[in-house]
Amino acid sequence: MAWNAPVPFASWVMLSGVLFSIGAVGFLIRKDPIIMFMCIELMLNAGNLLFIAAARYLGIMAGQVFVFFVMAVAAAEVAVGLAIIVAIFRTKSTIDVDEMSGMRG
Amino acid sequence: MIGDFLWLIPAFPLAGVLVNGLLGHRLPRMLSGTVACLAVLGSAVVSVMGLLHLLQTPAGQAREIHQTLFPWISTGSFQTSVSLMLDPLSAVMACVVTGVGFLIHVYSTGYMAHDPRYHRYFTYLNLFTFAMLLLVLADNFLLMFVGWEGVGLCSYLLIGFWFQKPSAAAAGKKAFLVNRVGDFGFLLGMLFIFAVFGSLDYRVVFDKVAAEPGAITATLTAICLLLFVGATGKSAQIPLYVWLPDAMEGPTPVSALIHAATMVTAGVYMVARCSILFVNAPAALLVIAIIGAATALFAATIGLVQNDIKRVLAYSTVSQLGYMFMACGVGAFAAAIFHLMTHAFFKALLFLGAGSVIHGIHEEQDIRRMGGLMKWMPITGFTFWIGTLAIAGIPPLSGFFSKDEIIWYSLAGPMGHWAFWAVGVVTAVLTAFYMARLTFKTFHGQPRMPEEIRSKIHESPLSMTTVLTALAVGAVFAGLVNIPEAIGHRLHLPENSIAAFTHFLEPSIVEKKEAALLIANAAGNAPVGFVRPAPHVDHALELPLMGLTFVLALLSIALGASWYVRRPGTATALAARAPALYSLLLNKYYVDEIYSAIIVRPGMAFSRFLWRGVDVLIIDGLVNAVAWFFGIASRLFRVVQSGYVRGYAAGMLAGALIVIWVLSR
Repeated sequence: MAWNAPVPFASWVMLSGVLFSIGAVGFLIRKDPIIMFMCIELMLNAGNLLFIAAARYLGIMAGQVFVFFVMAVAAAEVAVGLAIIVAIFRTKSTIDVDEMSGMRG
Repeated sequence: MIGDFLWLIPAFPLAGVLVNGLLGHRLPRMLSGTVACLAVLGSAVVSVMGLLHLLQTPAGQAREIHQTLFPWISTGSFQTSVSLMLDPLSAVMACVVTGVGFLIHVYSTGYMAHDPRYHRYFTYLNLFTFAMLLLVLADNFLLMFVGWEGVGLCSYLLIGFWFQKPSAAAAGKKAFLVNRVGDFGFLLGMLFIFAVFGSLDYRVVFDKVAAEPGAITATLTAICLLLFVGATGKSAQIPLYVWLPDAMEGPTPVSALIHAATMVTAGVYMVARCSILFVNAPAALLVIAIIGAATALFAATIGLVQNDIKRVLAYSTVSQLGYMFMACGVGAFAAAIFHLMTHAFFKALLFLGAGSVIHGIHEEQDIRRMGGLMKWMPITGFTFWIGTLAIAGIPPLSGFFSKDEIIWYSLAGPMGHWAFWAVGVVTAVLTAFYMARLTFKTFHGQPRMPEEIRSKIHESPLSMTTVLTALAVGAVFAGLVNIPEAIGHRLHLPENSIAAFTHFLEPSIVEKKEAALLIANAAGNAPVGFVRPAPHVDHALELPLMGLTFVLALLSIALGASWYVRRPGTATALAARAPALYSLLLNKYYVDEIYSAIIVRPGMAFSRFLWRGVDVLIIDGLVNAVAWFFGIASRLFRVVQSGYVRGYAAGMLAGALIVIWVLSR
């Protein structure tokens, strides 16, 4: 395979799947909300990568448009999320997510 | 033109309500009372201007002014607007309401001077005046009903004004509930009118009835009886009179204004206003005459033995209202309105005099602990005597003219009968006697109050005595506007001063000769056979009969003087000889007890069943069962809500995986 031969689509799908799985598992096993945020970003970017790859291989620009949306929404979500974390820290002096179980039914 | 300013008559008191109701607690007392008085004075001035305008209109032209303010309800075939009408009848009523009302407002500034809720009292009083003016000035049944309900509400608020007293709160409730029974009849009558005539405007309905006299006698009889049920509630007739004596729990000026002079006359006004309907339903007229006569006699006998100064006057009011209905029933509507007008003066005078007495001797209302008050309260005593003589029918005071007109027409009117005449005369005698008893026991004889009070008795302030004097003038002279023909012709008075009031009312009320014709016509079609127009009675009889009632009234006053002043033990000895009769009268024929046994207690038992059985067991049970089911169900699902963010994330992931797995199969 030549060094500049196009990467096959299946590889992109696999990479995206691996990134998503790392994000999902990280979200489930870590207690630090900052790390959990990073995991969320990882999952979002796994999705973005798949969109871009699909757009490239299918020749449809809609996938790239979606990516812009995802990035914009992700930025907003992080801003809100970090603000919430700061607010929680001020009231509870901790940001351990397992401490935040006040909504238990 | 006065027609453009009609709206001012109810608008003044409404403005007073807004000022006192919204800002009253911030205004000084002086200002609060002045605003209320000026509001009523304003509408009194406009009313008098309207009355003068009608008087100046030549008799040939229509003496009727309409002003439409705005359309109110307009749905399909049903059109109603808020519009006012000033005709002779409503002008007279508006003048009585605002004139007597103004004097009572002024009196209240003195009587209520120390009450902590002064501004609220005046708010209610102005609201009452507004509602009453709406009632009399309305030109359709619906707007009249608004005023009708409005005065009922104000009556409730003012009877229960001292709601800290349980008896006052109960009296207010009783008045409201009993009135609701009557109002239901009135409402049904109104709906019936709309169903038959397709309109609620007086003009439309009355013109349709007048166009075909005697055409729908049976329907009209039903309508008139339903309307009369409303009148028995508001105007305290048998069987719905029971609230009025209890209404004396309110402040005395309220008793004077609402429960003597104005609101209770709403029923009489309504019957007179609809006179064209009633003369076409002779059976209903007969019912009214019988109920009125029965009430007049019945209440007068109770009044003979009561010991509370206000209660005697209350039963006297019920009795006098009975007179007015008897006059309506025999077809002499103008005589009823005439008595309404004179009664407003002398009964307001008597009530305010009673208020002055109560005020002067420190809230004592029992006449057994009064006596000899003339010495301390000469103005009150003198004006009270004028009121007594007026209601007893002593010429030339106002009550003589109005009462004798009713007694005469109860014999000679279109539906007259000697039985009605006899009841009228007996009631007049009883009236003269119980009023003499009241006055002698209060103002003459030996003082019977405790020594320590005796030194503190004082005449009332100027704001109260001035009003008493003004009303006394009215009570003396009001009768002269309607001198009966028998006297007028004998004294060779100018023709236009004889029966002037009756002639003035003719455009609004069916006149007697016409009434006789219409009744005779309708009686031919009547579903009941017993209604017959009265036989002709010779006019020459009028003067001798008048003299007879006068002499009898004088004799009963003399009897009162001898029983209660010269030989004070006589009445007690007499009561001891007929203890059963005495206690029957003292306990008001046990009517309250009977109503309590046959209506109130079964009603309470039924309500308790609905409360405990239907409401608590069935309705609450069903609702609670539903809540219980969801409680159990949610206890199962609540386990899922662990509160751990990662738990939820794991759930989402698992769900997503399941969806993917399902889709990829």
